[in-house]
Amino acid sequence: MSDAFLPSADSTYRTPDAQGFFGPYGGSFVPETVVPALRELEQAWKEAQTDELFIDEFEGLLADYVGRPTPLWEAKRLAEAVGLGRVLLKREDLTHTGAHKINNTLGQCLLARRMGKGRVIAETGAGQHGVATATAAALLGLECAVFMGTEDIRRQALNVYKMKLLGAEVVPVDDGTGTLADAVSAALRHWVERVRDTFYVIGSALGPHPYPTLVRAFQSVIGSETIAQLENRSIGKVDAVVACVGGGSNAIGTFYPFLTSLSAEERPMLVGAEAAGEGIETARHGASLAKGSPGVMHGFYSYLLQDEGGNPMEAYSISAGLDYPGIGPEHSHLHDAGLVRYMPVTDAEALEAFALLSHTEGIIPAIESSHALALLPRLAKELGPEATVVVTVSGRGDKDMDIVREAGLAR
Amino acid sequence: MSAAPRGLARAFSAGHPALVVYLMAGYPDREGSLAALTAAAEAGADLIELGVPYTDAIADGPVIRRAGEAARDAAGGTFGLAETLDLAAEFIERSGESAPPVAVMTYTNPVMRMGWAEAARRMADAGVSGAILPDLPPDSPAAQEWTAAAREAGVDTVYLVAPTSTEDRLRTVAEASRGFVYCVSTTGVTGERESLPTEVPELVERTRAALAAAGSPDLPIAVGFGVSTPEQAAEIARVADGVVVGSACVKRQDDPSQLAGFVGKVADSVTSVTGNGVSA
Repeated sequence: MSDAFLPSADSTYRTPDAQGFFGPYGGSFVPETVVPALRELEQAWKEAQTDELFIDEFEGLLADYVGRPTPLWEAKRLAEAVGLGRVLLKREDLTHTGAHKINNTLGQCLLARRMGKGRVIAETGAGQHGVATATAAALLGLECAVFMGTEDIRRQALNVYKMKLLGAEVVPVDDGTGTLADAVSAALRHWVERVRDTFYVIGSALGPHPYPTLVRAFQSVIGSETIAQLENRSIGKVDAVVACVGGGSNAIGTFYPFLTSLSAEERPMLVGAEAAGEGIETARHGASLAKGSPGVMHGFYSYLLQDEGGNPMEAYSISAGLDYPGIGPEHSHLHDAGLVRYMPVTDAEALEAFALLSHTEGIIPAIESSHALALLPRLAKELGPEATVVVTVSGRGDKDMDIVREAGLAR
Repeated sequence: MSAAPRGLARAFSAGHPALVVYLMAGYPDREGSLAALTAAAEAGADLIELGVPYTDAIADGPVIRRAGEAARDAAGGTFGLAETLDLAAEFIERSGESAPPVAVMTYTNPVMRMGWAEAARRMADAGVSGAILPDLPPDSPAAQEWTAAAREAGVDTVYLVAPTSTEDRLRTVAEASRGFVYCVSTTGVTGERESLPTEVPELVERTRAALAAAGSPDLPIAVGFGVSTPEQAAEIARVADGVVVGSACVKRQDDPSQLAGFVGKVADSVTSVTGNGVSA
């Protein structure tokens, strides 16, 4: 690992290297069949980044279609309830389709079109990435197929219907536990088969190089807007910035601009909330950093829940978007380098935060985002009653009504 | 347990195209897979590709994935690389000199988990001649670590080329491979197909040119993925040095006599092909 990765005021945060490694994590572990397609994608992305037409089109869509910039809402009643000075919510839940996922799918679908691929595929857990991909595909006139585990199809029936309405084919995946990890594997296998005419729109900051970098680039608008909004309101000192982490795309999109534009001394504490499910002391959780070890899954090297023989293990979370046994490679690197703190949050804590934000602010967050919100009381204890904390609310909670109703959250 | 490693090249030296039979370790259970290995060897397999059960087999179709799952279930959830090598050692020792060389087909993570050097050493100790890691591109830093460990232990690493491989990729694979080069017949995962892509001969020719340019013109080329009948195997044998038959064998693996009958037919079909001008 290069010393450029160590947190110091005058060092620039620069990752990944030419082969897609963030420290030791990331890289590309895929069948030879798709290696040329990944090279082609890397090249197309390099060209697109310096193409003003591409950038203008992407930014235009973010403004006029997605509805950006999203507000940075000061949640005063929430702040009081959790015992913090100020709490600011980055409202990704207010984007078109209701989650940050759309930032990335528009970017990748624009790239697909640029590369002459008329067909896109995606995997989805909670259904948010599937809906966002189906949306972008509909807008850009691309054929779309979404791979989704059968258990997730059951949990997220509304999103399944939305995807079909948007013109996408939903491909049920019955392997394993029928959840996100199985959907990723099925999508990867399908991509190996249809690589010539199909673009794989990966939904989080993971997968083989260059996907983690690509997704980070499209999601960094979250953090960049946040920094600009804080400056505009002359909020000089922020103590912590919090986001939930499954694969980690809203988190890396939030953190990356803070890592690159602020020195370590000016930088707030960056905190990622991992899914602890029924508790990291149990076997039912999705806390890859707290309880996993480095290994290869889905084409990249990162922390991973795995057994003695190196088989990826089943992850669990109340949230279909966080029950993934791995984590984006850059988060593994940020964890090891001590640049971001990752804290486990249980289902019960997330549900409590879900209810609290609903009562205090009239905002119903996604159960994923509720994991980030659940850290506020803990941070209040650590940082004191004057502290200012920013939380990315990655999505809205409409999709989770059945789950919270089952949990009996309403008063 | 300490049989000397045998090079994979031996499988291609019989004067006819080689039949590579893929079987899943531990399927339908450990004893059953041992019986299948013996049956396939006696029925004419020139090389055994022994699959390691793995839960996230991204290059495999349903037949091989289900067999892997069944193998793990039969062993109470723990049948992986270590158990596969133990099985291979028993098969090789039991078969003695008559045993065809064995290559282990494993995804990268179980090897990383065991440790590159440890895995290579344990393969060599088991008498395994080669390794195939379908999700390890040969030019990755990890592949360089693995290749070094494998060479140190005397284990051949077989890398794969695909119909999508560009000339520079073919060259990279040609330079890194030992034993043979595995030519993937079609884009997609393993599994039987009704007909083989017409582009196979062209891919074999391009691979041969890359091998010549890499200074290994004699390294054999075996074609696999989708080969499911004796007729298809013969079609491949006319252009390549070896044919890999996977899912079609695994499908019959739970019945050794049925497997032996099938392997025998494919072997007859493959060995009757002469004059492809390269093996021998």
